[in-house]
Amino acid sequence: MGTRGYVLRKVLHAVLTLAFVLVFNFILFRVMPSDPVKILTRTSGLELTAEQQQALLREYGLDKPIFPGQFLDYMGDMLRGELGVSFLFPGEPVLEVFLRNLWPTVLLVGISTALSTVIGIWMGIRSGWRRGSAFDLGSMGASLVLYSMPEFWLGMMLLILFATTLGWFPTGGRISTASGLSGLEHAVDVANHLVLPVLTLTLAYLGEYYLVMRSSLLDVMGEDYITTARAKGLRDKLVLRRHAVRNALLPTVTLIALNFGFVLGGAITVEVVFSYQGLGLLTFAALQAKDYALLQGTFLFLSAAVILANLIADLLYAYLDPRVREA
Amino acid sequence: MQTPQVHVGAETGVGPPVEAPPPPAPRSPRAVAWARRRRALVRFWRAYRRSRMGIAGLALLVFFGGLAIFATFAATSGTDPSLVFDHPALAPPSAAYPFGTDDLGRSVLTLTIQGSKISLLVGLAATLITMVIGAVVGIVSGYRGGLVDVLLMRFTDFGLVIPWLALAIVLASILGPSLGTIILVIGVTSWPSTARLVRAQTLSVKERPYVERARALGAGPWHLVTRHILPNVFPVIFANTILVVAVAILSETTLSFLGLGDPFSVSWGSILESAFGAGAATIGAWWWLFAPGLSIVLVVLGFTMCGFALDEILNPRLRQR
Repeated sequence: MGTRGYVLRKVLHAVLTLAFVLVFNFILFRVMPSDPVKILTRTSGLELTAEQQQALLREYGLDKPIFPGQFLDYMGDMLRGELGVSFLFPGEPVLEVFLRNLWPTVLLVGISTALSTVIGIWMGIRSGWRRGSAFDLGSMGASLVLYSMPEFWLGMMLLILFATTLGWFPTGGRISTASGLSGLEHAVDVANHLVLPVLTLTLAYLGEYYLVMRSSLLDVMGEDYITTARAKGLRDKLVLRRHAVRNALLPTVTLIALNFGFVLGGAITVEVVFSYQGLGLLTFAALQAKDYALLQGTFLFLSAAVILANLIADLLYAYLDPRVREA
Repeated sequence: MQTPQVHVGAETGVGPPVEAPPPPAPRSPRAVAWARRRRALVRFWRAYRRSRMGIAGLALLVFFGGLAIFATFAATSGTDPSLVFDHPALAPPSAAYPFGTDDLGRSVLTLTIQGSKISLLVGLAATLITMVIGAVVGIVSGYRGGLVDVLLMRFTDFGLVIPWLALAIVLASILGPSLGTIILVIGVTSWPSTARLVRAQTLSVKERPYVERARALGAGPWHLVTRHILPNVFPVIFANTILVVAVAILSETTLSFLGLGDPFSVSWGSILESAFGAGAATIGAWWWLFAPGLSIVLVVLGFTMCGFALDEILNPRLRQR
């Protein structure tokens, strides 16, 4: 099978997984032991007669049998991007609420993933190449400690040190409330609020990338082609760059994609700690208010993001390793 | 958090197969088996003892295990010390309260010691669920093969891709906050990587000559799985288990921090939650967060180091380096 076959297969796999998530989501929220009428009328505090309740159920299609009636309605809604009614944000489609909160999270997760992978991979290479050196031992210890740390605890400690005590950075939020800033000042303000959350997420996930890159490099160093490259009289630097690192990068790419779901989870707690208005804080608000429509949306949204990340990793993998394409 | 992969090569038995010593008198097969197991254990301990990382990790675990047992007895003998409120509130560390006090005047040290019980219990119980689901799915999938394998592995891939915290939040909010919920939620969200690992090992074990021989002698699937496959897959499960406990404890902390835990029991996560809720971060009460956070780091570190040390012993490829 050629490259096209590989790409098609991976895309199909992603679509299938997404469909699975949709069905799973449907089942999850239908087994929920709760009274939909109560949820729908909770904000208004109305007392409804039996007929009115019946009318409400009919309006939302909840009087239909679960399968196929409700299921088909649900799938139709999902495909049209209608994620239901949220009572935290009445009168606003859930999708719009999401899109409003999406960019801050993309910024936060994007910057910190880029930083933690680059630094982690660089450290892993240095460490694995000179196994047992002072750098290796030191960075190994630091990575294990960072790996063992709950990211929100790290965030709170950094917050106390750099914001509450030293006052270098704002204690929370995405932008200063006294807004009206524009242009460069706005950018500086946003960046100022980003420093601590980004630092937290970067440090929290750095250790994992380091550990995987290091062990993957150690695996590769035992291979025959490294010995061959050395026997050819190739300089150390070139053996490392051309032979070892390129092959050792492959498992790390997979890990970054698989880990993306965990980084999103970490972003939820870190956003809560820093009151950073993104998808994570939105999820937390939905959780506290028991806003099921919003929670359902969050679940779908985050799952879709991780599925997409894995698809990108699969395609990148094929680009990095020709053997994957041919198989 | 992804558990670091435990690489286990083709040979997972601890050390080479034992050469049968010439027995002076015929012994029962059971006695032979036990003698072999005892020798394997001794050899395993000798190898483990050489790993500085493994010993350090074990020391941490013994310390916190002792703490949890102490906490259990301290709580049952008379008054629960975590309910003593007569200290000054929000006092920074001093000689009387080495880790300060919280907003209700409780000693943070006492709370942390009490919290070790629930944190360890949840970690171990959730790991048990993870291991059972992971082992069953992995072994069935690897042993049966065919359509069963395809379906189970598709499902496992699905589980690997779902962002765990989003799923955990949804499940916990449906089931309501309690200790059982947390254990269940962590268990059902963390089995897929274990299942993959067990399946790979099952596939390799099932092709070995002794399995074929047993099958030729008429052994049924139940006998094959329990007597030949499971014991040989076990080392993989074991090394993985230790790493899963670390992840489960971190998960408990996260879920409790988000308010999904049992509101009436003290765990390290719930201490952090109440501290955050009371604004400990914005008023600079670092001592309220310090002891529970440090305990989490040390326990998770202990499990991780033990897991890595086991990995080095059980994985022949790593051993050579």
